[in-house]
This record gives sequence, structure tokens and C-alpha cells, in this order.
Amino acid sequence: MSASSLPQAATPAAPAPAKVETPFRRFVSEFFESKTATVGLIVFTLLVLIALFAPLIAPQNPYDLAQLDIMDGRLEPGTRNGMDTFTYWLGTDDQGRDMLSGIMYGLRISLSVGAGSAIIACLVGASLGLLAAYAGGRTDSVIMRLVDLQLSFPSILAALMILAFLGKGVMNVVLALVIVEWAYYARTVRGTALVERRREYIEAAQCLALPTHRVIFRHLLPNCMPPLIVVGTMQIARAIALEATLSFLGLGVPITEPSLGLLISNGYEYMLSGKYWISFYPGIALLITIVSINLVGDHLRDVLNPRLKK
Amino acid sequence: MSLYLLRRLFQAALVMLAMSVIVFVGVYAIGDPVEILISPDADQIERERAIKALGLDLPLWMQYLSFLGNALRGDLGRSFVFNEPALQLILQRMPATLELAFGATIMALIIGIPLGLYAGLKPKSPVSKTIMTASIFGFSLPTFWVGLMLIMVFAVQLGWLPSTGRGETVEVLGMRWSFLTWDGLRHLAMPALNLALFKISLVIRLTRAGVRETMLMDYVKFARAKGLTNKRVIFVHVFKNIMIPVVTVVGLELGSTIAFSVVTESVFAWPGMGKLIIDSINVLDRPVIVAYLMIIVLMFITINLLVDLSYSALDPRVRLENKQ
Repeated sequence: MSASSLPQAATPAAPAPAKVETPFRRFVSEFFESKTATVGLIVFTLLVLIALFAPLIAPQNPYDLAQLDIMDGRLEPGTRNGMDTFTYWLGTDDQGRDMLSGIMYGLRISLSVGAGSAIIACLVGASLGLLAAYAGGRTDSVIMRLVDLQLSFPSILAALMILAFLGKGVMNVVLALVIVEWAYYARTVRGTALVERRREYIEAAQCLALPTHRVIFRHLLPNCMPPLIVVGTMQIARAIALEATLSFLGLGVPITEPSLGLLISNGYEYMLSGKYWISFYPGIALLITIVSINLVGDHLRDVLNPRLKK
Repeated sequence: MSLYLLRRLFQAALVMLAMSVIVFVGVYAIGDPVEILISPDADQIERERAIKALGLDLPLWMQYLSFLGNALRGDLGRSFVFNEPALQLILQRMPATLELAFGATIMALIIGIPLGLYAGLKPKSPVSKTIMTASIFGFSLPTFWVGLMLIMVFAVQLGWLPSTGRGETVEVLGMRWSFLTWDGLRHLAMPALNLALFKISLVIRLTRAGVRETMLMDYVKFARAKGLTNKRVIFVHVFKNIMIPVVTVVGLELGSTIAFSVVTESVFAWPGMGKLIIDSINVLDRPVIVAYLMIIVLMFITINLLVDLSYSALDPRVRLENKQ
């Protein structure tokens, strides 16, 4: 993942036939060559849409107590509800909540915590990585020692430590995930930026006496994007899995904002008595989410890495 | 070498010190130390006395020094819940965690190496492709969910294995171990497999990559040219060479296995350090949290130090680079 695969821009001087092969078009067509990655992207897009429109499409609002009926607690998948207005396709939990609705709402929390923390970590990590590569010397070594230190501790341990101090809460989980993940971005960006900053275009930009921040953000950063996109995609999946794990352990999101992990955790005690669906279906949803993101990320790595090109 | 060792030891001590500051600040400055260190049942007079006795009326840096001094003497406070020294509490539970972590590591090697070997030798066969796809799942599935599924299938549906606890234990060297009894082994099987899943995938990938690389080496071609049997080439010439990176990485992973046992122990109610820390966080038994964090940090720094030292012993370039 060293050199950039995207040339600066397509030359506009070239006589334009009906379809110019811009780098972006080439990238899109290469991406859709892989069937698994395409399926992954479609599934992931569907999940995002479900999460976005959960209040509109879910059979019930699982957190509106007026809509819940405790008599409907722990019903098997496929049972009609007490008022006979809709079917609990995935069963209900101990409070009589429709699991399908619960999963749709849980997906909102899981995806937003995962994506939110990944974006913030990316901003922090990429900035520090660029700074380390551009400044070099002492700044570089201080930042990279921090990165090494962070990466030598398992993510779960660092997150555990932070949440043990700060307590539960959505924002605390996001903060913990950012602290755990920024180092991956910093390392990736620094590695790429070190190679890129020796190229002629950076020298040219410096010779034009452009301000440093402009050189870094307008010239260096765009050329470090491909590996950053790959790491970012994978880290979203990791963040979602880690958030689910923390919530399962009871350290993550509060009970009022249940993510998929917390739903799984709620069903844990009923699992031993054979009421599998309370844990099983949220788990499947989590699984599909993580795998679809990984499929996309895995293929992005192949497409964006020029070294693997035939 | 001795200079390098000294420098490295100094660095490790520095990191440990930095972590102790972080833990101290986390518990004493972010949280309210009065609430953290004094039992909530205490009345006003007891409270005042305890604040004096614990030195909580002193400036923060003096408090830190006394915390550090106590920690160096092995005194990390008493658990509110168990009313025992926190350190002792954790050390009692350490054998269970170590047993689980080593069980998982052994399992990862036993399962991962043959599968990786097969996938490396026949990269095009459908079985190999299945193995490699399965290994992606091993990497991406959340451990706790796989644990739940294992319980659902093997404990609830099939009833083959017990779902929770350590089972029968035997006392050896003053510690209780369950891998020495049949019942204990039955209890160990599922948690160890659960904890091993990630590592199995890792070993499969490493072994496969190693095999594919080694098969192209001249000495393998030479061995074949000598007319050695396929079996001998693979198990003597190739196998020995791929084992070095595999064993190194698995050894390095031991620390993170111990850390991730937090999850597995919670799923299977395995009474180790990990379950203790989660329970302690949930009931805010902070002396235990502090003690656990300090111990685990110490463990990590020691593992990293040992790895670095053994690298530098094996590879002189590492020492020379550090001299500059």
C-alpha cells in the first residue's frame, strides 16, 4: 500500500469520446467486477437504509412503552401479536418487544457508533500521521512511540480501561473506540505520506511557496487516501464488533439505547432455557453487518493497491 | 548487549510509570476517590477518618507518591465486595485464566497448522478455499457471539458439554487446575475453543503463507531433485521452516489471549481474572479494577520486553539500530 493509484486528474485536453475513462470510473468498474464485494456493498447499503428508516418500517417502536404488551413476552418467532395486528417474525424478548423492530433500532445505534468513532478516529489519526511524516524528527518519533504503545495493548483492554474510568454511555463508548483506533490510521497515513512527500509534486508545491497546511491537506493528503479508505472500511467493522462486545459485557451503551450487542446480552439468560431467538437474531444481524463491510473492504484493498494490478 | 538490556529495562520501567499515572489519574482524578475508596455504607465520622487515613486531604502529587509506594509494596487496596486484598484476589484467579489461555493456544496450533498446511499445499482445491473463507469468519466474528452459539449448540441442543464453570479441580502446587480431571477438561473444551477461534484463523493464514513461500525455495527443489518422498520434503524440510514465524506470532499473541479471555470468561462464567474484572466494574469495586489494570499492564510490558530482548539476541541489527 505505498504509491497512490489515483493519478491527480484526467487531462481535460484529451479529446473526449462518449465515455472518458477517468480513474474514478475505472475504480468503479473494477470494484463491481467482484461478485462477493458487490453483494457485500448491496447488503451494507440495505442495512444502512433499514437503520435510517427504522421508525418508518419497523412494525412497532420497541421503546414506546405504550406499544408493548408484557403478555407478549418471550413469544416464539412467527407468533401473531396480542391484538392480532402484526406478526412477530423474529419472536419477542422478555418485555414483549418485537425482536425485528428491536434489531432495526439496534442497528441504528451500532452503525452510528461504529461509523462515528471510525470517522473521528480517522480525522485524529490521519492528522497526526501526516504531521509525523511531514515534520519528521522529534515530532515524528514522539507520535510514533505513542502509536507503538497503543498498538502493543490489545484493543479490548484499552477500551475496558477507559470505560472503567468513565462509565457507560454512548459518548464514552465512542471516545473509547477513538482512543483505541486512531493509531491504525496514524500508522497507515504516515507510511504512505513518507513515500509521497519525496515525490516531485510535493517539491513543486513547496517551490511555489504554498503555505504548509495547503501542501499537507491539498497535495499530500489526497494521495494518501487509497490506503486510508481501506483501513477506514475495515475499522468500521472492527468498531462495530468491539462496541457489541463492550455492550455485551455491560460496559457499553446504556439500556435506554440498546445496540445489537446489548440485545444479544439481554437474551443470554434465556438461551440456556432454549429461547434462542432473543440472542440469535440480533447476532445474525451483527454478523451480516460485519461480514458485508469486510467483504467490501477486502476487495477495496485489491482494487486500490496498484502493486496487485496485473 | 548489557547496555541495550539496561536501556530497554529503563524504557519498560518508564512505560510502567506512565501507565501508573494514567490509572491513578483515571481513578483518583476523574472519579471521586472518596466514593471509590471508602465503602458507601460508612457514616460521616468514619468517612472523615478514612479520608485522613488514606491521605485524601493531601495534594494530588503526594497522593500519587503514596499510591506508588503502596503499589511497590504489593498493596493495591482491599476489595469492597470480598473484603480481601485486591492483589490476592486477582492472583487466586490467575490459574484459571492461564489455563484457558494456554488451552486456547495449544488448540490453535493443533487445529490451525494442519489446515494451513493443507491450504498451502493445495491452494486451488475447493477444500482449501473453504478453509480460507472460514478463516475470514474466524477473524471477523465477535468472540462473544460465537461463544453463545457454541453454548446453544453443544450445551443446550445437543447437551454434550457443560455450559458454565470450571468443573472439578485438582490442587497442584497450591493452585487449583481443572485440566487434570475429565470433568474439568469437558468444562475447558468450549471456552478454550471459543478463545482459540481468532488464533486458529491466524495460524491457518501464517502456515499457508509460509508453505507457499517455502515450496518455491531452492532447498525444497533440491530435496525433490534428490528424490526424497513428498512426505519427507513437506514434514522435514518445509515444516521446520514455517514453524519459526508461527511459533513467534503465537507466543506474541499470548498477552492478547489473556486480555481477550475477559470476553470468553464472561460468556462461559469461567471464574478467572477476566470475569472478576467485569464483575468488579459492574459493582464499582474500584480497588480490584486498579489492581487488575496494574497487573495486566505489568504483564504486557514484561511480555513485550521479553520479545524485544529475544529478538535482539537473535538479530544483531536490532541492537545496532538502537545505539544510534
